[in-house]
Amino acid sequence: MQALTNRLKHVDRRPMNLWEKIYIPAIVKGMAITFAHMFKKKPTINYPEVKRRFSPVFRGLQILNRDAEGRENCTACGLCAVACPAEAITMEAAERQPGEEHLYREEKYAARYEINMLRCIFCGLCEEACPKDAIYLSETFAPAEFQRKQFVYKKQDLLIPHPINEPEAYKKALGNRAVKNSNN
Amino acid sequence: MFLAIDLLLLLEKLILIIIVVMATLGIAMYATLGERKVAAFMQDRRGPSRAGPGGILQPLADGIKLFFKEEIIPDFSSKWLFVMGPALAMLTAIMSSAIIPWGDHIVIAGKNVPLVIADVNIGILYVFGVVSLGVYGIMFGAWASNNKFSLIGALRAASQIISYELALGITLIALLMVTGTLSLTEMVKQQQSGNWNIIYQPLGFFIFLVCAFAECNRTPFDLPEAENELTGGYHLEYSSMKLGFYLFAEYINMFISSAVMATLYFGGYDVPFLDESLLSPNIAALVGIVALMIKITAFIFFFMWVRWTVPRFRYDQLMNLGWKILLPLALFNMIVTGAVILFLGK
Repeated sequence: MQALTNRLKHVDRRPMNLWEKIYIPAIVKGMAITFAHMFKKKPTINYPEVKRRFSPVFRGLQILNRDAEGRENCTACGLCAVACPAEAITMEAAERQPGEEHLYREEKYAARYEINMLRCIFCGLCEEACPKDAIYLSETFAPAEFQRKQFVYKKQDLLIPHPINEPEAYKKALGNRAVKNSNN
Repeated sequence: MFLAIDLLLLLEKLILIIIVVMATLGIAMYATLGERKVAAFMQDRRGPSRAGPGGILQPLADGIKLFFKEEIIPDFSSKWLFVMGPALAMLTAIMSSAIIPWGDHIVIAGKNVPLVIADVNIGILYVFGVVSLGVYGIMFGAWASNNKFSLIGALRAASQIISYELALGITLIALLMVTGTLSLTEMVKQQQSGNWNIIYQPLGFFIFLVCAFAECNRTPFDLPEAENELTGGYHLEYSSMKLGFYLFAEYINMFISSAVMATLYFGGYDVPFLDESLLSPNIAALVGIVALMIKITAFIFFFMWVRWTVPRFRYDQLMNLGWKILLPLALFNMIVTGAVILFLGK
């Protein structure tokens, strides 16, 4: 029969010779292998203390962005919600009132913005859909909560810290995104 | 006067018993950690490392966890035997430590204290008697569980121990022909002045080693607790510390059989190329204890090493090995040993 692939391997069905029947040499060989493994470098990463280095395009939890003056970028256009294949994003728009210019960058903003992290598949399409650079995927991952409803992240959970009031937390939340932006 | 001396002896033995039992339990406890660490290292992992520095408190954490687990005694079990099973397994496991000479003797206030609980002249027979009783712990527990998987596990344990005890006993006969004594203390003394028995009985030691694996229900002969066939084995219905006792007894058995092997074939507390009589008795005893512990640790490591290398035997393979290979080999070893002794006219 003609082989379909070149990975065909013939099984050796010859009866075992004496050396193989003794069985001890095979065991000794196996034990040498396991013993050698004791001194190999362990690939384990001690997770909470040590974290794996992510690639620059890693997609973790979403963050709602602010501009340099701390105003929310989001205009509640709904493009992210439309783009979302898991339908995890919900929002309600509201009009900016006079005197709120320091809070919202444009005339319209999201009064309610929720992402269900149990539905989210972290595909990053919301980030691609956003025309205002208002949402992006951070390097935070593996969220832990006690109840399912707590996984529906509200706007307060998603917003990035204020860049002027809390500059250090802002920088941390930004992660290597600052580097990413300067690259393109 | 007679009574006073007797009381002193009683006290001395009592203290020795407490120390030996505690040490046995402690070593068995840390053997569980050792097992997990060895397994991890052989599989390129790190093993338990959270409880204490390097996971040093892991056995304590395991013990506490087992004590706090819910204790379930099934309705359909015979309760008396069900409780008796793990107790018996533990008891027989610890009992066999009585006749192993841990060191020569120490001198306290001008009195010689031999470091063996009972130097009986049939020492090695006592070990085999007690070890054979160990299977009752398994049988009782499994029978009382009233569960077919438990029972199959126990049947395997019983038939396995009976099959391998034969080869073990015959190997021992060859060894006894060489040493001419049944007392373990005597044997160590002989090996101290002469060569280790491994030199006279290499094949015998090998058979003994394989049988010891089977007697301890260790991999590759751990059929009584083959999880993938028996959903757990003979301790299937057990929970909480009763399960802990069964698992713990296995480690104690491993420790004891390591000690027996070290004593029978590797000179016990003898340090090679060192004349103990030159040292003061207390230091000599200390060195001896350390030497024995190193040998035992090496054996325990070997047990674990094999466990994480060799896959489990099939039941028919186990029986084939026991009856068709090890038994004839042991008989052959015995006959050759006898012939050589006769020929040399010792």
